[in-house]
Amino acid sequence: MAMLEIKDLHVAFPKGKKSEVEALRGVNLTLEKGERLGVVGESGAGKSMLAFAILNLIAEPGRVSQGSIAFHGENLLELSERDIRSIRGNRISMIFQDPMVTLNPVLSIGTQMVETLKAHRRISDAEARKLCIAKLKEVAIPSAESRLDAYPHELSGGLRQRVVIAIALLTDPELIIADEPTTALDVTIQAEIMALILKLCRDKDVALILITHDLGVVAEVTERIMIMYAGLCVETGATQQIIQAPHHPYSAGLLKALPQFAGRGTRLYQIPGSMPPITALPPGCAYHPRCERATDMCKAQIPPLEHGCACFHPLDQTEAAS
Amino acid sequence: MISLKGFITRFLSDPVAIGAGSVLLILVLMAILAPFLAPQNPYDLMQLDIMDSEMPPSWKPGGDERFLLGTDAQGRGVLSTIMYGTGISLLIGIGAVIVQGVLGVTLGLIAGYRGGWIDAFLMRLADIQMSLSTLMIAIIVLAIFQAAFDANTYADYAIFMLIVIIGVAEWPKFARTVRSSVLGEKSKEYVDAARVIGLPPRKIMVTHILPNTLTPVLVISTIQVAEAIMTEAALSFLGLGMPTDRPSLGSLIRSGFEFIFSGSWWITLYPAIVLVVLILALNLLGDWLRDVLNPKLRRGDD
Repeated sequence: MAMLEIKDLHVAFPKGKKSEVEALRGVNLTLEKGERLGVVGESGAGKSMLAFAILNLIAEPGRVSQGSIAFHGENLLELSERDIRSIRGNRISMIFQDPMVTLNPVLSIGTQMVETLKAHRRISDAEARKLCIAKLKEVAIPSAESRLDAYPHELSGGLRQRVVIAIALLTDPELIIADEPTTALDVTIQAEIMALILKLCRDKDVALILITHDLGVVAEVTERIMIMYAGLCVETGATQQIIQAPHHPYSAGLLKALPQFAGRGTRLYQIPGSMPPITALPPGCAYHPRCERATDMCKAQIPPLEHGCACFHPLDQTEAAS
Repeated sequence: MISLKGFITRFLSDPVAIGAGSVLLILVLMAILAPFLAPQNPYDLMQLDIMDSEMPPSWKPGGDERFLLGTDAQGRGVLSTIMYGTGISLLIGIGAVIVQGVLGVTLGLIAGYRGGWIDAFLMRLADIQMSLSTLMIAIIVLAIFQAAFDANTYADYAIFMLIVIIGVAEWPKFARTVRSSVLGEKSKEYVDAARVIGLPPRKIMVTHILPNTLTPVLVISTIQVAEAIMTEAALSFLGLGMPTDRPSLGSLIRSGFEFIFSGSWWITLYPAIVLVVLILALNLLGDWLRDVLNPKLRRGDD
């Protein structure tokens, strides 16, 4: 049995009195212990929605309208508020995008860390502090003892994100969901933080769901990729395979748009158009208005996910590899 | 957030703040130390002599050096009664604000965080409360209370009643302020992070959101103390506040008001001046605090 198994997950938001729009339109996902998965897509593709759905924290008035999320065989969506709370931050933890805003500005680092531990363990303050210092050392924060009494505004962005990672690791979770953990950081620090996350996941055999729009980062860190477009998974497979030979035209477009693939002095490639808002999805394949290979069939039917690719006209091996 | 050091620097660089702060400090010290400083204990009937009544201030002809600011109709020194009365006024003001604060902050926090029908219900309740004037509620309740119990019982519980009535009547101001800051804080990511950590809602409200909403609470608290003292003074002036034998500033003003036209103006004038100065100092300090704690109005950085 897989550690995490998401089946046919739909997340819907009410629109007007009667109708609903779907932010996720049937996502399937399995994750084994210690496996690292990259979830890639443009803003609004439903990546963060997926993360919040796993923790059963979809903001009102949204709701999971269909599907199941099984964690070690237990459906997280059916758990009581109390039971899901014992999983959040304990067995599944999350790292957010911007460390400037994810730490409470009026509480010291130590207070926020001890609180996390105490929410899940019976532990004395002294022991909790000791453990917090150990974790801060693990994420390579210099002079961890004195940092514990520091307030978030006294730390740099990179250090803050390290603290956030330390908090995520405090309870030795089995799964970490990292929602664009490096987007808000300096370019020079991004690589350090990513390397740290990778090292910690490997050392402790922690599974990772890395949500990002940076294919470069995904290529370095993850073993598997899921590419999302307008609330659906359009392509999934081993990272190296997809990076080298994408089959879905959207994946190919994303890869082509990476600056490192453009020749010096040539214009950067851009996928024409932009992703439709979930309130105005075109019929059929949501990508067809931007796709060069679209036919009438694409306008009429949603392509099923077969062999890891949801497209009626996938790129074949020779095209994909080029 | 402003650091303590920056706060003190700002305080020392503002003459208005220093002025209002020191006036307030003097009045508070005067009230606290009244039993040691006052020339006379106005509560001790043994020290009062009806022959001393309605004496003018000591520098006027007919004045007595024992009574610097003169005496009232019962032979109490006006200076002594002011010292004791300021204490009672401050006690009621601060007590009422604590009641307002506890009620208002709790209900505002719940309304803002929970949202939905709880929010709607509590805020409509606040609207209803706001539409009934504090004075009106106080007058009705105190009048009933006065009619229902004898004068001694009333005198014993008057402070307590005033604190509770003014406290309960003004909770919506705190509740609305806190609710609106909670709505702003609730959508910030550190709240999401706290939920993701698995903290229960009560803990998120109290340890995470509440400290971030306290700045405006601090500001309205000072203004509300002034307001509560004024309300109490108004009620006492109407004869519904503190009884004459344990006078607050308001009841002092009232007790002297009857004698203004017979020439004993000092009984009313001096308590009135102290009341005005006290309210002014509190309001100036409140305004200053609002400017300092509001980052949008802050000039320069500290």
